[in-house]
Amino acid sequence: MYAYDEFDERFVRERVAQFRDQVARRLSGSLTEDEFRPLRLQNGLYLQLHAYMLRIAIPYGVLSSRQLRQLALIADRFDKGYGHFTTRQNLQFNWPKLSDAPDILDLLADVGMHAIQTSGNCIRNVTADHFAGVARDEIEDPRPVAELLRQWSSLHPEFSFLPRKFKVAVTGATEDRAVLKAHDVGVRILRHPESGEIGYQILAGGGLGRTPMIGKVVRDFLPKGQLLAYLDAIMRVYNSEGRRDNKYKARIKILVHELGLDAFRNAVESEFAVGPNWSAEETAELARIAPSFSKIAYDDLPAVSRIFEAAKLANPTFAEWVENALFPHRVAGYAAVTISLKPVGGVPGDMTSDQMRAFADLAERYSSGELRVTHAQNLVLPHVKLDDLFDLWRTLGALGLATANVGLVTDIIACPGLDYCALATARSIPIAQAISRRFGDSARQREIGPLQIKISGCINACGHHHVGHIGILGLEKRGQESYQVTLGGEASDNLAIGELLGPGLSADEVADAIERIVAGYLAKRRPGETFIEAVRRLGVNAFKSAFLRGAQDAAA
Amino acid sequence: MPLLDRMGWRTDDFSRDDVDGGIIVPLAALRSTLDARRAGVIGVEISNDVAVDRLAPYFAQLALIAIAFPAFGDGRGFSLARRLRQAGFAGRLRAVGPLIPDQGPYAFACGFDEIELPEASLARQSEAQWAAALGAISHAYQPGYARQTSIFERRRAARAHKQESRSHA
Amino acid sequence: MSATKQSSRKPLLPAILIANDLRAGDVLFRGAHGWTRDPAAAAIATTAVDAEALEKIGGAAVARNEIVDAYLAEVVVDRDGRPTPKHFRERFRTLGPSVRPDLGKQADFAHYAVAAE
Ligand code: SF4
Repeated sequence: MYAYDEFDERFVRERVAQFRDQVARRLSGSLTEDEFRPLRLQNGLYLQLHAYMLRIAIPYGVLSSRQLRQLALIADRFDKGYGHFTTRQNLQFNWPKLSDAPDILDLLADVGMHAIQTSGNCIRNVTADHFAGVARDEIEDPRPVAELLRQWSSLHPEFSFLPRKFKVAVTGATEDRAVLKAHDVGVRILRHPESGEIGYQILAGGGLGRTPMIGKVVRDFLPKGQLLAYLDAIMRVYNSEGRRDNKYKARIKILVHELGLDAFRNAVESEFAVGPNWSAEETAELARIAPSFSKIAYDDLPAVSRIFEAAKLANPTFAEWVENALFPHRVAGYAAVTISLKPVGGVPGDMTSDQMRAFADLAERYSSGELRVTHAQNLVLPHVKLDDLFDLWRTLGALGLATANVGLVTDIIACPGLDYCALATARSIPIAQAISRRFGDSARQREIGPLQIKISGCINACGHHHVGHIGILGLEKRGQESYQVTLGGEASDNLAIGELLGPGLSADEVADAIERIVAGYLAKRRPGETFIEAVRRLGVNAFKSAFLRGAQDAAA
Repeated sequence: MPLLDRMGWRTDDFSRDDVDGGIIVPLAALRSTLDARRAGVIGVEISNDVAVDRLAPYFAQLALIAIAFPAFGDGRGFSLARRLRQAGFAGRLRAVGPLIPDQGPYAFACGFDEIELPEASLARQSEAQWAAALGAISHAYQPGYARQTSIFERRRAARAHKQESRSHA
Repeated sequence: MSATKQSSRKPLLPAILIANDLRAGDVLFRGAHGWTRDPAAAAIATTAVDAEALEKIGGAAVARNEIVDAYLAEVVVDRDGRPTPKHFRERFRTLGPSVRPDLGKQADFAHYAVAAE
């Protein structure tokens, strides 16, 4: 993992002191709320429905045991004993006081963490493939680039007052697990098809929210050493030309859309042509950062573990958990293990401080003291020996963290919604809980197979509902919470926006509707066909009648 | 209106109507002013969406370009300053608008020399606060901004130094 | 930030004044003699004059940097004289997260949680 050097250390410490001073100036009235708001947002602090909320950056989703323990300590000392992992690989505390925020940030700085730019109209915390450094389909580990971008974007003098937030994702693998096309900018590390040279493909203009758009390729191949200059060019075009007259039209996706891809590309390329080049700094930085991500000492192990195979045979519950939790590791005898934070009926992504501490121990014992946060609000232990899996699973079970549902219908993504969020139009968590309970039976879930349900509590789409196989959007209709259901979205290389199935439902109709859609799939699927494959083959319309039938029954 | 630079408050040697001394005119009046006052010290005030090309022909004749910040949250002026500097403007760059002290370092890093504030800012935000904000963060990561070297450049220099001393050893 | 700010519109009555404590972030209500965390103790404005007075108090407290985001919320008053916001969003603000009944005002002020459900 990357460790702060003296510059990083000084930077975050000074940043905390700066925020302490900003808070003092706010309390004295020197800063008005309007002036203070962007400053606190750029330090991750929101004012939510019940209290302040502090969003802590987990850059590219990588966390150490030591850091997780510190988060547990903060949860106990300054919050209410739990935290919430978000779809952007961050962690939120729901109850901090403004006056405590500087002390919390100091505790974060103690373990090389911060809350910088987890909110506000600036370049947000950079996300990456949660299987970085592990995946077999990886061309290059994306984390050095992501760390470089974390530093480059931090307190950027030119790009801290953008028209709107700006999200960057990086992947170095052939399969896009970071959903680049749903980001303002996506950086894909790839090999040039002819020369074999490693460089970057740059996408821009993706995003969800009120007007979902799929990111487009701005540059097919950007040689190494030119990334910062190219991103500077994109940012400058966006900062200058992006709309500021309407919050809902201010993201870069609208600019790319309104200018047209070619005109946008031309603008970026001409900016890039005249801008300074930081090739030497960039190359040197990447060379400095990269070794910190390749320090794990793996044992020489056979590809097949006899202990593991025997345990699976002897214990079917374990075998069930293994089915979806494991991701193949590039090193023989190891696996990356996804740990579901979606217990049946629980709050998606929530973790108690006790669980954090126990999990930190597990990561130390079984995974070199490292863990990852996924955008699906789950955790990953990236380097577990196959031999250790059974022991790991048993310990997880005791912590309530062995739910065998990764990628299944109850592995639901849900934003905080109206239970916490000031912008929400409806609740999302109770909807997730109702669906989760409905499909809680393990055999039934496995029978249904891979199915992603994603829920947002308002049009801002933090729950990524547009790209859920089934998406649910909470709105307000005639003074009631009302839910729109979409079908056919996909958060993958084939990024697709789901289509609306019909009129909005009340909260207690949603689980029934999902059940009817799923029943339609089970009735019509071909052998081995997954839910989304069946939707693609049959078309969304094929599911509409089932969806509407129930809605009419309810109305009658 | 109050004007400050890196050192603190300063007197404004420009005005918007005075015929003696420096004058700042709107972009629409630039041509005629240049024609009429060949010898004078002339500045121009522009909105933050003016294309650099429109001003570039006048760079040599312009002592100052003032960029309006309609609101402190509108960051277009930072990029425009940067573009003007990149295009070779070497005169004074002034930010005009309700910036807050915490934006001072950003403004100077992007190429501004001075900030003209509305009177209302003065009541709440002191010279000391502007000075403190300038020193809040010692080094920025981004290369190419401000006068001081970035963290990226410092690290590189430190490594080069280390390597050199090693090869001399 | 809040989508339900009503200051520009005529307040719907009866109403209470909701705000956040600047330092703590806690949801506060204007009571008869000051700010309170207990929604049941909120002062209820039944006339436009009362409502305006509440808003004035809110505005002054905002100006003194004690609270932020003050606005009137329409309520219904139950038999015991306790106000419940009409809109579900504001109702949640008087209770706490519906998924964590052990937290927030619903946990701190048991009498209110019962009355609201
Ligand atoms: S989608 Fe809306 S309700 Fe959900 S977290 Fe984002 S802003 Fe809040």
